Amino acid sequence: MLVINDLHVRFNGREREAVGGISLSINDGEIVGLVGESGSGKTVTAMSIAGLLPRRQCTYSGDILLDGKDLLHAQRSELRKLHGKEIGVVFQEPMSSMDPLMKIGHQIGEVLRIHTDLSMSQIREKALEAMASVELKNPEQIYDCYPHELSGGMLQRCMIAAAIVIEPSLLLLDEPTTALDVTIQAQILELLKKLNARLGISMLLISHNLNVVRKLCSRIAVMKRGLIVEIGDTESVFLNPQHDYTKALIKAIPTRERRFG
Amino acid sequence: MKEPVLEVRHVSGGYRESGVLGTRKRYQEVIQDVDFCVYHGEILGLVGESGTGKTTLTRMILGMLKPERGEIIHHTKRPQIIFQDPYSSLNPVYTAEWAVEEPLRVFGKYDAKERKRRVYEMLERVKLPRECWNAKPDDLSGGQRQRVCIAAALIQRPRFLIADEPVSALDVTIQAKILDLIKELRDDLDLSFLFISHDLNVVYQLCDRVLVMKSGRIVEQGDIEEVYNNPKSEYTKKLLEASL
Amino acid sequence: MTKKDSSIDPKSFLIVGAVITLLLVLVIIVGMFWTPYSPTAMKYGRFQSPSWNHIFGTDNFGRDIFSRIVKGAGNTLVIALSTVIIGAAGGILIGSLTGYFGGAVDVVLMRVNDALTAFPSFLLALLIVSLVGPGSKYSVVLALGLVFIPSFARVTRSEFASLRSRNFVTGARLTGAGHARIIFVYLLPNTGRVLLPALTIGFNNAVLAEASMSFLGIGVTPPDSSLGYMLSEAQSMVSIAPWYALSTGLSIVLLVFGVGLIGEGLQARAKEVD
Repeated sequence: MLVINDLHVRFNGREREAVGGISLSINDGEIVGLVGESGSGKTVTAMSIAGLLPRRQCTYSGDILLDGKDLLHAQRSELRKLHGKEIGVVFQEPMSSMDPLMKIGHQIGEVLRIHTDLSMSQIREKALEAMASVELKNPEQIYDCYPHELSGGMLQRCMIAAAIVIEPSLLLLDEPTTALDVTIQAQILELLKKLNARLGISMLLISHNLNVVRKLCSRIAVMKRGLIVEIGDTESVFLNPQHDYTKALIKAIPTRERRFG
Repeated sequence: MKEPVLEVRHVSGGYRESGVLGTRKRYQEVIQDVDFCVYHGEILGLVGESGTGKTTLTRMILGMLKPERGEIIHHTKRPQIIFQDPYSSLNPVYTAEWAVEEPLRVFGKYDAKERKRRVYEMLERVKLPRECWNAKPDDLSGGQRQRVCIAAALIQRPRFLIADEPVSALDVTIQAKILDLIKELRDDLDLSFLFISHDLNVVYQLCDRVLVMKSGRIVEQGDIEEVYNNPKSEYTKKLLEASL
Repeated sequence: MTKKDSSIDPKSFLIVGAVITLLLVLVIIVGMFWTPYSPTAMKYGRFQSPSWNHIFGTDNFGRDIFSRIVKGAGNTLVIALSTVIIGAAGGILIGSLTGYFGGAVDVVLMRVNDALTAFPSFLLALLIVSLVGPGSKYSVVLALGLVFIPSFARVTRSEFASLRSRNFVTGARLTGAGHARIIFVYLLPNTGRVLLPALTIGFNNAVLAEASMSFLGIGVTPPDSSLGYMLSEAQSMVSIAPWYALSTGLSIVLLVFGVGLIGEGLQARAKEVD
């Protein structure tokens, strides 16, 4: 459903390409992980898909196709339509991704207000439905809360609700659990898995944390310096990494093994 | 039994919100009856989620905040701290070499030549590439900055250090190298650490003993193998289950 | 496909501003020792329009306007510089103490600061001049300098308040560095980024404030002269000798423009670093 073909992105004034020609596809209902360390180009790739690339400050080429529709070269106005409807995005920092002065429920329903002709009560209905599907307790009550009244984990659930309320075909997850405590992280990952199974939404998970990716994704792509150095089924990449960098990366993951005697 | 370098004895405390002109207002207790020792030569892990009072506890150990009850006994001089975010731990206007030399200038015991000798020795020890010695924080990578911070913390030759999430902001491959460095320094320089982290795997790799904190209390402490293989408190079990 | 970023490089602001300012300062310094004609001699014929001999013409007493502008600009420069020095020194001192220590000192001093800021600064300067006694450039410098303290104090304080909780300050405290060392060696150098542009803005405000005060007759008085004083003189004969007002006014504009560009450049550079 999503096809990236030979994507190049270079920021003005930089020698090196931030993304140096990558190709990647996501099938219907699949969760794909994109891992890499800082500066690997995974965030720029995500920005290109989400239409957040500062187009004037970079040169880019290649194709990004979502169900055959061009995302990379489309007009801004067209892009805006596509992004609201077809792609939901969840960022790392739930607190700063929310408008502090707007009620949670309204923020979740916002995308429906923009992209559909639903009435106010229908929007409220849909928003509450989405909040229930991300397993928020008392959606009615949380609907009228402001972001500062909720914990980080609850906010991230709300962000996910806002991303899925319009039933997009792709969910873009940019380090969705990095800012959260481990117990909350585990719950959110569990939730994402359930949503994928139940709603069949495809997901692209971008993370530096290989453990998170392993837990959620069926396929992973490892990025380094703007290139995908290895791509394959998650377990086969973990158990039998081919590229030296992947090996080093996997070896560096802190596991329940004593590094030192 | 080994000698303690730090004793924290039944410490409780927190913050007093002060109003205008210092009038006392509300008191919020963050730490409740915390009791532990750091023994000579060990790396003691401290795990817990955000908001459990880890930072408040470090502030008390460093003498920046007074406990309401209990006492903190230091058996070493001047504990030092290594922070999570190496960027804000370094003064952006000065070079790496300056940052490492600064504690010695403040200390004022050595002449310029002796100071330089010690600084170079320490920079070698933390394996900061020579071409970085004269660079400012902006031009250093996260791992290099953390090496500078470690060198600056060690230059006054403390016996005991607090490492507050020292690798959490770093990429995994860099993280592994910094952990190796901490271990090596502990052995070579005979140091003791209180190692704070939210990553249970990192703590398991590095620490000899571990404290588990929740809501201002220590819910479990003991030998690392003991706690990880046979956790007693429900909270520890939950944490271990959740960590991947 | 690609478009170049349209904003101008801050470096070019800096360079152009520095060139203009340096040239002006050079002329002024030379003017302190030598001017083409004596700026006080009244013997070059009244109301001569600009010519090769007198490039800015002459005034109602037959004095060479160019020479007078060079001399007057010297006074303006000295007044503006001293004002900024007094304002910055006082403001940085108060701002760093309140920003660093916080607490009751901070509350009291900053409320006083607020009160002073709420009062129109120009009126405040008038008040101080009338208290000290008008008629000398020293009272102008003192009045404007005092008036400038609050704005510098505010800028410094907010920088200090945000810097003091940074880890490197905590670290310095743990190594045993004293308050003075932390303020001067750690914090002050980090405020340069915002203080340098503030200094240039302060300088320009001082030039303009001096001009307005002298224009109103409470600033510099003869035998001293300044650009502002000359402008007020020129307005009474603007129909007979328009070149007088024009050349004096343009000199002020050029001085403010040059320093303003430097300030722009510095500010843009500070933002880039962020």
